Amino acid sequence: MSDVVLETRGLVKHFGAVRAVDGVDLQLRRGETLGVVGESGCGKSTLAKLLVGLEKPTGGEIRVRGDDLSRLRGGGLRRARRNIQMVMQDPYTSLNSRMTVGDIIGEPYDIHRDAVPHTGRQRAVQELLDLVGLNPDHLNRYPHQFSGGQRQRIGIARALALRPEIIVCDEPVSALDVSIQAQVINLLEGLQRQLGLSYIFIAHDLSVVRHISDRVAVMYLGKIVETGNHMAIYDQPTHPYTQALLSAVPVPDPRLRGRRDHIMLTGDVPSPASPPSGCRFRTRCWKAQPGCAEHEPTLEIRERSPHPSACHYAEVRDVMRRF
Amino acid sequence: MSDLGELSRTAGKPRSLAGDAWLDLRTRKVFWIAAVLVVVVLVMAIWPSLFTSADPRDCLLARKNAGPTGGAIFGFDFQGCDVYAKTVFGARDSILVAVSATLISGVIGLLVGLAAGYFGGWLDALLSRFIDVMLGIPFLLAAIVLAQRLSSDPQSNGVLAVTVTLGVLGWTTAARVMRSAVLTSKNQDYVAAARMLGAGPGRLMFRHILPNSISPFIVVLTVLLGINIAGEATLSYLGVGLKGDAVSWGIAIAEAGPFVRTAAGPLVWPSVFLAATVLAFIMLGDAVRDAFDPKLR
Repeated sequence: MSDVVLETRGLVKHFGAVRAVDGVDLQLRRGETLGVVGESGCGKSTLAKLLVGLEKPTGGEIRVRGDDLSRLRGGGLRRARRNIQMVMQDPYTSLNSRMTVGDIIGEPYDIHRDAVPHTGRQRAVQELLDLVGLNPDHLNRYPHQFSGGQRQRIGIARALALRPEIIVCDEPVSALDVSIQAQVINLLEGLQRQLGLSYIFIAHDLSVVRHISDRVAVMYLGKIVETGNHMAIYDQPTHPYTQALLSAVPVPDPRLRGRRDHIMLTGDVPSPASPPSGCRFRTRCWKAQPGCAEHEPTLEIRERSPHPSACHYAEVRDVMRRF
Repeated sequence: MSDLGELSRTAGKPRSLAGDAWLDLRTRKVFWIAAVLVVVVLVMAIWPSLFTSADPRDCLLARKNAGPTGGAIFGFDFQGCDVYAKTVFGARDSILVAVSATLISGVIGLLVGLAAGYFGGWLDALLSRFIDVMLGIPFLLAAIVLAQRLSSDPQSNGVLAVTVTLGVLGWTTAARVMRSAVLTSKNQDYVAAARMLGAGPGRLMFRHILPNSISPFIVVLTVLLGINIAGEATLSYLGVGLKGDAVSWGIAIAEAGPFVRTAAGPLVWPSVFLAATVLAFIMLGDAVRDAFDPKLR
């Protein structure tokens, strides 16, 4: 367990009545990628903001290498924060268009003066540009002179500047062309091997998450409903929500169309301001029994689920063998 | 000219917001008319002797209300002063007062708008309500009272008093525009990215938010400049503005007013210059705002 670099326990974030994140426990080990999937509004992005300190948790703990971030103050907090950085979703809005690329990537060094000696700033920035596959001579250019994929590389370079161990990627490729997505994913994988980074990879694109993740956590209405290594989640999903989510992935091979069992969910996602009692998924679940409204299922290994699943009736159902 | 522009664009030169705005501006007639007028007036204010060799204070009663002669193309007023020279030299104090007052308004408006927009909460509520109160006060009444209090010293020519009056009363619109621009840009992703890196409020405000919210503010200031030129003339006309040996359009209009039936020239010419200058600044501000507004593109 000593190689756990990031851990949350009972992490909660409420915006007034809205329970955006409502008790999330997760662990991230050194050098591993944890994929977090779920539909829009399930709390993925709020979780990312909590982890990097853009939002303050309502309750629970975030431990980075054993230090609880909510207990740290001042210099200790700044040092702990350096260890966990984020790559943002939209490369068009996440770079200040009035700053040069050199100033954008070098800004972490201006804020943390001890990270790099002042005379070495330009060299450090150029090394970062080189590391993410951009021309080191382009440091005097402005963001609008780069393509979307290149701009996302700039965002990655900025996140790497302080040599963090953990990087939270909040939908890092969803704003990019499909042809560019693979390049950025490969870059992230290469950097992970090279620098020993740990990733929290948040996405709604299940095939991207499958490709990059070692473990996957499925979120629904602010809670994790199923978690396990990516083989377990994709090949042997046991939670009905995960099964429905996976069955909705489009299949590229036309011969296989219609052979899979599609699970059509009825109804909308309930409001996170007043989530259903008991199991939160019961309002859309075809397996729901009267007891589901009373007893909230905990995320645990069950008789028919070899990995943690938050469903009283969890059982393996193969929904997408060919995906 | 346009070929060069195209060439530099395809060659991958920086295409900033300002660059795009310039490409847009230089095709507009209104911009060029306003810009030429503004440049002429500014040159007149700085080097009036380029336009006339006459002295506006060299007056001879013998020439009272005389018609145009030689250099004095606008004729002479009731005291026998050269109307053209007075109008040319009047530009200086008018522009000086307007520019200084606009700078004062700009500094106050920038700080108030930035603080209200960035910090929000009770400070925003306090500052915004204070602006509402300021806007509720009749401008002319407040200006007369304030200018009269400030220029109690009979020796002064009133430049400082008028500047401070206009500056202190004119910042509200600028502050509002600044506040709303800050509200928009402070929620941008790049601000969040800087905050995540550990940037403090000073860096966030002056390095990230301010550069991205300054353009609408600058446009408001150019319009305010025009308003302040008119404001100075108004106060001078009412007798609480520039006085003594100062030469300004407002004073010239005030002095010529009672004699308009015997000689209209001394009233008409400074008025024409005043109106043209105010119009030029407001048109310039309008054109620049349109060019900088991405929604209008």
